[in-house]
Amino acid sequence: MSEFIQQVINGVSLGSIYALIALGYTMVYGILRFINFAHSDIFMIGAYVAFFAAPTILDLTGGNLFIAGPLSMLLAMALCSALGVTIEKLAYKPLRGRPTIVVLITAIGVSFFLEYGGQLVFGPDPKPFPDLIPKANVIDAGGVVVSSTPLVVIGTAIGLMLLLRWVVMNTKTGTAMRALSFNLQAARLMGININKVVSFTFILGSSLAAAAAVLYASVYPSINPLMGVFPGLKAFIAAVVGGIGNLVGAALGGLIIGVTETFVTGYISATYRDAIAFGILIIILLFRPAGLLGKFESERV
Amino acid sequence: MQVFSRHSRVVFLFSAVALAFIISLFESNFNAYYYQIIIYIGINVILASSLNLVNGFTGQFSLGHAGFMAVGAYTASVITSQLGATPGLMGSFIFLLALLSGGLVASFFGLLVGIPSLRLKGDYLAIVTLGFGEIIRVIIQNLDFLGGARGFTGIAKLSNFFWVFAVVAILLYLLSNLIRSTYGKGFLAVRDDEVAAEAMGINATRYKVTAFVAAAFFAGIAGGLYAHFVTYINPSQFSFVKSIEIVVMVIIGGMGHTVGVFISAVLLTVLPEALRPIAEYRMVIYSLALVVIMIARPQGLFGDGEFFRKLWRTITGKAKVSESKT
Repeated sequence: MSEFIQQVINGVSLGSIYALIALGYTMVYGILRFINFAHSDIFMIGAYVAFFAAPTILDLTGGNLFIAGPLSMLLAMALCSALGVTIEKLAYKPLRGRPTIVVLITAIGVSFFLEYGGQLVFGPDPKPFPDLIPKANVIDAGGVVVSSTPLVVIGTAIGLMLLLRWVVMNTKTGTAMRALSFNLQAARLMGININKVVSFTFILGSSLAAAAAVLYASVYPSINPLMGVFPGLKAFIAAVVGGIGNLVGAALGGLIIGVTETFVTGYISATYRDAIAFGILIIILLFRPAGLLGKFESERV
Repeated sequence: MQVFSRHSRVVFLFSAVALAFIISLFESNFNAYYYQIIIYIGINVILASSLNLVNGFTGQFSLGHAGFMAVGAYTASVITSQLGATPGLMGSFIFLLALLSGGLVASFFGLLVGIPSLRLKGDYLAIVTLGFGEIIRVIIQNLDFLGGARGFTGIAKLSNFFWVFAVVAILLYLLSNLIRSTYGKGFLAVRDDEVAAEAMGINATRYKVTAFVAAAFFAGIAGGLYAHFVTYINPSQFSFVKSIEIVVMVIIGGMGHTVGVFISAVLLTVLPEALRPIAEYRMVIYSLALVVIMIARPQGLFGDGEFFRKLWRTITGKAKVSESKT
C-alpha cells in the first residue's frame, strides 16, 4: 500500500510535468494548427539555461534554494520565451497559410537543429543537474516516505497552470488567443493583431516548457541535448489524448500519461515505458478521434 | 510527361535487372567502402520511393517507415537463420522467400496502421504512425528470441548488388506504371482533394490503406536487404530518426516526383559520407537545409524539373528561355 501511494505521487508529479509541456503544444496547435516539434527542444534548452545559471545564482544567493530555485526557473523561462519567439519569427511566420505538411517539416527541421546544435555547443554527454529543490522527507509515516521533490513539482505545476488559466480567461490578450483559436480569419477581421497574439502564445508555451524542464531535471538530475525528445512526444500525446486545443484536456492528458507510465514502470516493466503513451494515444484516437474533451469537427466543403 | 513508352519501360526493367546481375558478378573487385555506400544508396532509394507513394502520391503523412523496415528485417532474418541459409543457389531461394515474407508481414502491419488512417488526417496521422514505429521498436526490444536490445546477430550475408538493385528496378517500374494507370490517378485525386475525390466515386479510405500496405511491403523488403547486408541488426537502428531521414529524402526530392526522390535518396546517402570530415556539423547543416528548403522551395529541390533545366542552361550556356507560356 505504501508503495502504491508513492507511485501515485510520483505519477502525478511526472504527469504534471507532461501537462506543463502539453499546454505549450495545445496552445500553438489551437491557434496555428501545427505540431511545434521544436517545443521539446525548447524544453531541453530550458534545462541547460538553469544548468549553466544555477552555480552563479547559488553563489549570489548564498546557496539559499528557496530563492535560487525560483530565480533559475524564471531565468530559464525568460530565455526560452525569447528563443520561442525567435523561432516563430524566423521559421514559422514566413510559412503562415502554407500547407500543414510544410510547416510540420519545418518544425522537424528546427527541432533537429536545436538537438544537434545542442550537441555541438553543450557536448553530447549527459551532465549532472544541480539540486534546486530543497531536499527533505516531508511525510515519513507508516512506511510511506514522501520527499519534497514531487510535492514541489506538483505545487509549482498547479500554480503555473492556474496562472495560465487566469491569463487565458481574464486578460485581453488571453481573450484574443481564444478568439484566434476559434476562427483565425474572423479574429483578424475584428482587428486583432495576429502576429502579436501568436508571439504571446509562443512566450507562454515556451516559458511553461522551461519551467517544466527545471522541474523534470530536478526529478531526473541528468541532462543531455536529446533529453527533450521523449518528454516532448509524450506531452504532445497528452495534448492529443485530452483533446488538442483544450487547456484542461492537456492537463488531464498529462496526468493520465504520467500516472499510467509510472505504474507500468513500477509494476510491469521499465522497458515498456516509452511505448505506453503511444498505446494510450492509439486507443483513444480509435474511439474518440478528437480526444477526451475535444469536440469533433466535421469537414466543410 | 510521357518520357518512356510502356514498351520501353519493360525493356528498361529487364535490362536493369540483367545489368544488376552482371555487375554483381564483379562485386568482389569493388572497393569495400564504396561498395557499401552503393548498397546503402539502393536500400535508401527503395525506402524513399516506397514512402513517396504514401507521403507524395497519396498526400498522407507517415512518420513510421523505419518500423516497417524493422519488421521486414527481423522477419527475414529469423527465416534465413532458422533455415540455415548460406550463400549459394539454395540460399538465394530461401533469401527470396525470406524477403517476400518480410515484406508481407510488414504490409500486414501497414494494414494495422492503415486502419486508424481512415479516421485521422495530417498531424494526427503523423504522430500515430510515429507511435506505431516506436511501439514496434519497443516490442522488438522486449522479445528475447529476437535478441532484445542486444540485437540479432549472425545473419548470413546474402544481400548483394543484384538483389538490392533488382528490387530498385522493380519498384521504380511498378511506381512509374502505377502513376500512369487509372488506379494510380486515384491516389493523386485523394491527395489533391479528398472530398472531391469521394464525390467522384473514389473510395479514399481504400486508396490510403492500399498506399500504406504497398509502401510497408517495400519497406519490409528493404529491411530484409539491409539486415542481410550488415549481418547484425538491433532495434535502435530503426528508431524514428531513421523514419525522419527517409521523410527528408522524399521532401527534398519533391513529394510525388519519382525521379526527384530517387536523386535525393542518392544524394542524401552520399553527402553524409562526403561530409565526414565535418561530421559533427553534418546534422546541423542538414536540419538548417530542411528549414530553408521548406521556406524557399516547398516543392522540393528536384520536384518540378526546374533544377535540371537551370543546370542544362548553365552547361550549354544558353540564354534563359522566355518564361512566358501561352
